[in-house]
Amino acid sequence: MRTIFIVFVKEIIDNLRDRRTLGTALIMGPIFGPVLFAFVINLSLERSLEDAERPLELPVIGGELAPNLVSYLRSQNIDTVAGPDDRAAALDAVKTGEHDVVLIIPVTFGEQLANSVPATIELVSDQADTDADRIARRTHRALQSYNRELAALRVFARGVNPAVLRPLNIDEVDVSTPSGRSAMLLGMMSYFFIFATLMGGMYLAIDATAGERERGSLEPLLSLPVTRDQLILGKIGATCIFMALSLALSLLSFHVALKFMPLEQLGMTPNFGPGVVFAAFLLFAPFILLGAAVMTLVASFTKSYREAQTWLSVVLIAPTMPILIVSLLTLRPKTEFMFVPSLSQHLLLVDMVKNEPVNNLHVTISVASTLFFGALLTWICARLYRREGLLG
Amino acid sequence: MIRVAGIHKSFGKVRAVRGVSFDAPDGKITGLLGPNGAGKSTTLRVLYTVLKPDAGSAVIDGVDVVSEALSARRRIGALPHGSGLYPHLTARENIAYFARLCGLDKAEVNDRVDEMIRLLEIEDFADRRTKGFSQGQRTKVSLARALVHDPQNVLLDEPSNGLDVMATRSLRRLILKLKDSGRCILFSSHVMQEVAALCDNICIIANGQVAIDDSIDGIRRRTGCDDLEDAFVHAIRMVADE
Repeated sequence: MRTIFIVFVKEIIDNLRDRRTLGTALIMGPIFGPVLFAFVINLSLERSLEDAERPLELPVIGGELAPNLVSYLRSQNIDTVAGPDDRAAALDAVKTGEHDVVLIIPVTFGEQLANSVPATIELVSDQADTDADRIARRTHRALQSYNRELAALRVFARGVNPAVLRPLNIDEVDVSTPSGRSAMLLGMMSYFFIFATLMGGMYLAIDATAGERERGSLEPLLSLPVTRDQLILGKIGATCIFMALSLALSLLSFHVALKFMPLEQLGMTPNFGPGVVFAAFLLFAPFILLGAAVMTLVASFTKSYREAQTWLSVVLIAPTMPILIVSLLTLRPKTEFMFVPSLSQHLLLVDMVKNEPVNNLHVTISVASTLFFGALLTWICARLYRREGLLG
Repeated sequence: MIRVAGIHKSFGKVRAVRGVSFDAPDGKITGLLGPNGAGKSTTLRVLYTVLKPDAGSAVIDGVDVVSEALSARRRIGALPHGSGLYPHLTARENIAYFARLCGLDKAEVNDRVDEMIRLLEIEDFADRRTKGFSQGQRTKVSLARALVHDPQNVLLDEPSNGLDVMATRSLRRLILKLKDSGRCILFSSHVMQEVAALCDNICIIANGQVAIDDSIDGIRRRTGCDDLEDAFVHAIRMVADE
């Protein structure tokens, strides 16, 4: 135990003096998340403002043929401007991206309307272009409501109650709380915490094998009267401390950063107060041991420091995979997901941030299974540290 | 006291050591001499227990290096080839780290570290971080680190590599001092003159085998060469011809 502690203390002091380790653990990990997050939030904020408030300029061909339609569109915050000369030019303009959407009103429009024949108008857009598609849908919505209004006027003129045209009255009731709406975006946070945690210990994990070997300090160390288990446990211990520090800083920096983000404007009020920050630290803590062991294990197979860095950047991505899959399939938290490290922490954190009750069984399984995998991999690390091939 | 009996070690198809045997008694300096790639380092690595021999045995002060590796390591101070230091620690901290790992208590650590710093004449840079140290400075600190727990057996793998004349001379004085205090010193080199100037016994290794193991005079007599360099070449040929 004393030997493990000697190695542990030496690694801590050594790495506290290393600017690169300190930089990644204390600055890179904790800063990267909030900065990227603020960027994404601002981007989506800008978009939603654009949708609701900004007037839309819609190129129209033959606008003079439908003055009522044009003035209706203007009341919907859609301004019409003169479009291309003819239909062919309009198709071209949309194809090349000169215009996102063009509305074509044919010369027959007025006559068809007067005769109560369905009057054809054309809405040209490129549906593969998501940006243009949003504009096209907005225009389409405005045209639909104009359509309903006209229909109502017609049946009214014939002495029929326009209500007969609406056999259904669909009222959408949204039960999501403001915290719930934020969960989707804030789910991203869990990955930042995992990223920061791993980054904090990356250089220490490399140093335990590839670094010591490259420097030529491994052989003298192994010729001392200590067991290799003691050496590797001391090193993994020091790695865990740096990872814990990085995780704590990352949580705190999010706690502070969220106060400065205009989340209310997006209808979000994430629950990320001091209590949740503390609970999140305890929730992610078991992942520290697992991460330290995985990184040490991967680094021990590499030939050099550089190679270790390359492989460890793959390890940084690995924990996102389960999170990504579950997010894409929008799966609800299930008990069996709690056995998967990184995924269980993600799902539980989302519940906490949404201000929903957290299932105690889920927490227990998450902590136990992550600790189990961490202990197992630490054991494998120690086994591998004993092999001769370690010297390279 | 080191006793090596018929050790073999292969790495894949390469048979690095093929039945090396020799004795290195206390109070004597034993040299392992041989061309590059002869198997000197592999032999020493078996002795400081980072490699396990495929066959044969090696015993340090009566302790087997395979079955009682930890106990054997307690009896040795090793300077592996190309030993590196921790660049963010000072020379003193590097030495003290090894002293602690050898189980010395706090007071002992300070005393021994001070003593090693004096003995190896590294007072001037003892409290500087080792990043940027010259090869000579690094070797001195590595040596201090290897000897800090006052081991009975000292294993040095090419210790004079990269040292200038002055540093080589002070290394030589240190080795002789260790010998006078009854230590068993085993060191490897590919430089014949260096071995000849220091060693009581020379074990010439070539192709993973012992070509000749004798005193300097014995080697001269058995090879029939008066000049040691000729004797060295002659001995190596004897193995190569087999």
